[in-house]
This record gives sequence, C-alpha cells and structure tokens, in this order.
Amino acid sequence: MSGDAIIEVRDLHKWYSGVHALKGVSLDIRRGEALGLVGDNGAGKSTLINILSGTQQPDGGSISFEGRKVQFGNPRDAMDAGIETIYQYNSMVPTMSIARNMFIGREPLKASIFGVGVMDRRRMAEEAMQALRDVDLHLRSPDALVGELSGGQRQGVAIARAMHFKSKVMILDEPTNHLAVKETEKVLGFIKSLKAMGITAIFISHNIHHVFDCTDRIVAMALGEVVLDKRVEDTSMDEVLDVL
Amino acid sequence: MRRLLKIYMEKPELAGIVFLLVLGTIFQIQSGGVFLNAQNVQGILGLLPEMALVAIGVTLLMICGEFDLSVGSVFALCPMVMGVLLADGVSFWLAFPAGLGAALLVGLTNGIITIRFNIPSFITTLGMLFVARSATVVISGGFPPMIPQGAMPRDAFVAFVGPGDMFRMSFLWFLAVAILVSLLLGRTNFGNWVRATGGFLPAAQSMGIPTARVKIACFMLCSLLAGFAGTIQVMRLGAPLPSIGEGLELQAVAAAVIGGTALTGGIGTILGGIIGAVLIRVIDNGLVLSRVDADWFKMALGGLTIFAVIVNAWLRKKARAMKVETNT
Repeated sequence: MSGDAIIEVRDLHKWYSGVHALKGVSLDIRRGEALGLVGDNGAGKSTLINILSGTQQPDGGSISFEGRKVQFGNPRDAMDAGIETIYQYNSMVPTMSIARNMFIGREPLKASIFGVGVMDRRRMAEEAMQALRDVDLHLRSPDALVGELSGGQRQGVAIARAMHFKSKVMILDEPTNHLAVKETEKVLGFIKSLKAMGITAIFISHNIHHVFDCTDRIVAMALGEVVLDKRVEDTSMDEVLDVL
Repeated sequence: MRRLLKIYMEKPELAGIVFLLVLGTIFQIQSGGVFLNAQNVQGILGLLPEMALVAIGVTLLMICGEFDLSVGSVFALCPMVMGVLLADGVSFWLAFPAGLGAALLVGLTNGIITIRFNIPSFITTLGMLFVARSATVVISGGFPPMIPQGAMPRDAFVAFVGPGDMFRMSFLWFLAVAILVSLLLGRTNFGNWVRATGGFLPAAQSMGIPTARVKIACFMLCSLLAGFAGTIQVMRLGAPLPSIGEGLELQAVAAAVIGGTALTGGIGTILGGIIGAVLIRVIDNGLVLSRVDADWFKMALGGLTIFAVIVNAWLRKKARAMKVETNT
C-alpha cells in the first residue's frame, strides 16, 4: 500500500521542554484521499500539522514526500514542495486586498534584484479573480480588503490560493471554527470538491460530524499517539469518541 | 457612487488632506495673504525636508508594526560622527558614509535586540534614544566640532534652486526619497511583506515571509533616513550641535499618526506621513504669521494629533459599515 502514499511519516517525535508531545507517530497518507484528523486538545495533532507544514521541526523520525525524504526548515519549504496549510485565522492579512493576500511571499515580479522587485499587479489581479472563479467564489473586485469578507469567503480565498499554486496536499486546520452554519456548508463543500481535483486533504476539526461528512479515513490521536486509523465506512462516531 | 465614497473614506491620509486644506485656508485669511506668498512658502519648504524625511522612515516602520523613539538622537548622532571626522581632516566622501553607517548600525541594533529578545520596540528604542544621544555628546566632547570651511558640499544639499529660488536642494532629495520609499511600499514584493508583517504577523509567518529580516530592514531604513535628515540640517546650520533633534521622535510619530498610520501596524501610507509632516510645519508657521504666541504650537500639535486619530478611526468605522456588495 505504501506505493501510492504521498506522505509517509515514520516514528516522529517532538518534545516541548520536557513534555513528550509526539511519541513515535507513523502514518501513511495516500494520494488523493481525504484524511480526517481528530483528537482532543493536546493530543498532538497540531504538532503533527505544524511539522508537516514546516512551522516546527521534529526531534526524531522522518517524513517522506512523494517517496523522497524531506526536511522542512520553514513554511516556505513545505509550500514549495506542494503542501499548503489553511488555518482558522492565520492565513490572511485583513488589512490587505484579496489580490495582495493571494500572492504574499510569492508575488509575480516584472524585474528584480536580490529577490526584491516590482510586482506585476495586473497579473496579480487577473490571476486572483481567475483563481476565485475556479473555486466557484464570485467576488466583485480583487482590491477588496480581506477584512471585509465573511469568514467563509476568507476560507474560500485561502483555498483558491492553495489551488492556484498547484498544491498537492492541503492541510485544513479547523477551517470551520466560528463560521455560521451556511458558511460551514460552503467550506465543507470546498473540501469535498478537492477529491475531484485529485488533491490530497488533511482535515482537522473538533467537530466529528464534519469530519465524517467529508473524509475517507479517520485518524484519531490521543496523548501524542495514533490510537485509531480506519476507513470511515469501517468505523462509527461512537467508536472514535470512545478512543479519544 | 457609494462605492467611490467608500474607497475614499478608506484612504488613511484623507483626514490629513482635509485638515491641511482647512488650516491653509484659515491661515491664509488670518495672515492677510502672507501665508501663501512666495517667500513664506519658500520658508516652509526649506525646513520641511528635515522633518518629513524622519516622518517617512517612522511611517514605514510603523506600517511594519514597530516603533522608533531613537530617531531624534540618530538625527544628531549621524551628522556628529560626520562632523568629528571632518574636523579631523577626513574627506567628506568618507565622513558622510561613516555618519550614515553609524545610523544604519543603530537601526540594526534596534532591530536585532527587539526581535532576538522579543521585547516591544518602544522599550528598545526608548533605551536607544538615551544611548545614541549620550554617544553624540561623548564623541563631540560637549562642543560642536569645528568643521573646516568648504569641507561639506553644501551646494548639493541645501543651496536654493528652482524658479525664484523656491526650493532648497534638500527638497529635491526629500522628493526623491519620498517617491522611492512610496514605490518600495506600494509596488514591490518587499512592500507587500512589510504590510503583511505589520498587518497580521502570524499570517505573514505562515506564508513563509522572513518577518525578522523585513522588520530589521525597516528599522535600518528608518534610522538611515533620520541620520540623513540630521545631516541636511547640519549642512544648513553649518555646525553639528549635540542637541539637535530633541523631541523630533515624537513629532515624527505625530506626523505619521495624523497622516492615518495605525499604531497597530499594517495601515498607513508614506504620503500620509508626509502630509502629517507638512501639517506640523504649516501649524508652526501659520501660528507665527497669525501672531499667536509661539508657546501655543505644542498645544495645537497635540490637539490635532488626538483629533486626527479620532477622525480617522471614525472614518474607518463608517467606511466599514458602508455595505457594498462583495459578490457579483
């Protein structure tokens, strides 16, 4: 089975000043699947995600991406490899426009010296609008401030950004927190549509109904270890809740 | 229409522009037309660059989410380093870069300490305010160094130019810097990172922006501009006094804030900071022309600063509440 795994996590360890947050986690994530990651606060799921997205580095163990061993020193390494993370708040700057947010850190440049250069603003505006249309989000102007969008629209923009940069794996960390019911439906719809586009999704949520609604496989963590790893059809909400 | 109104209300420098027009009109009437005559405008424009250059740097740094109280001291330190070297017979082409180098070093230190120890830049630069001022006095020995006649190319920096000698060269330097920094902030990827870093730090970090380096670069640019401004003042006056620039750090913050820069970072424009600086010069000059006791200057400046922030906050709230469709 490991042949079609896009991410292979082997015996991952992480300590925080004496606390053993990850105790040898191993996990295969298959290409194109939607994986639901559940667990209580402090179970280690955020640590695992932070390591996969490059914000933190493991103290032991290894990660392979598309069959090659990788070490992500920072978020940019992970993004360049094709792993994009969408956080509940952290992925957008409210005081900046949609177009500028789309390209933070990856601005198309007309000319540059030493990595600093003039942005191609027309291309940014056009590609931003196209990317939004691609996820069926119809906003009027790429110059609107992200702070004026609803929570669901913001997550839509974040997802459009990840799609635009052809990410292969999308990590969604509590993307439905603090959203109204209708907005939540929309975001869950986005997640379901990733499968059709062949994008691997890792979906983290407190809400077990949401996880069951849009994933193929559930991985539950408790106290830094994987305690359950089953396909959705082979398990039940009660079983998952029992192990947590 | 509504959409257009909203766009203008969201411009952070709007309130500053309105204040400038209103005050300009009042002073023009009060002074019986003297305020806008060529000689007075020449006087305002001659002094403006020294403060406005500092305001540009402080505005940029504030947009990046940090703060610099040491600019007034750097304003004195940079030309003092140059002056001491010139008095020792060192050529201007070595002494001038050495002064600017000292300013850059202060900025670098401010940035590294703030980030490495994760303390508020308010504290770091408050300390640096005293350190840099003290260093200025120490290297001068308490007296302004005697700069040899003709050691500074004053023509290139403070000579009067233009039709009717309307400008000093310093105004052209200021214009060039203002345009460059505005383009840097508005049109380059670096500007995008500055705004993201000041606007919402966790997002900037999660998008892989080197936020520490962006902040340090802004600290250094801010110090460099303060040092350059001080050098221009010293060329105008002819001798570096250890006490120049005292209180300038707070005027520069006032200029930035009057121009719509938010203390929390992420919001503001270079043009706004410049408008704030112009306003401060205009009040200073206008009060004198209106024969108001000069002691009222700080009162007016203080009142305007608070009022401007209240108006800006109100405008922003109104603009936000103004619902325009975001969906097509």
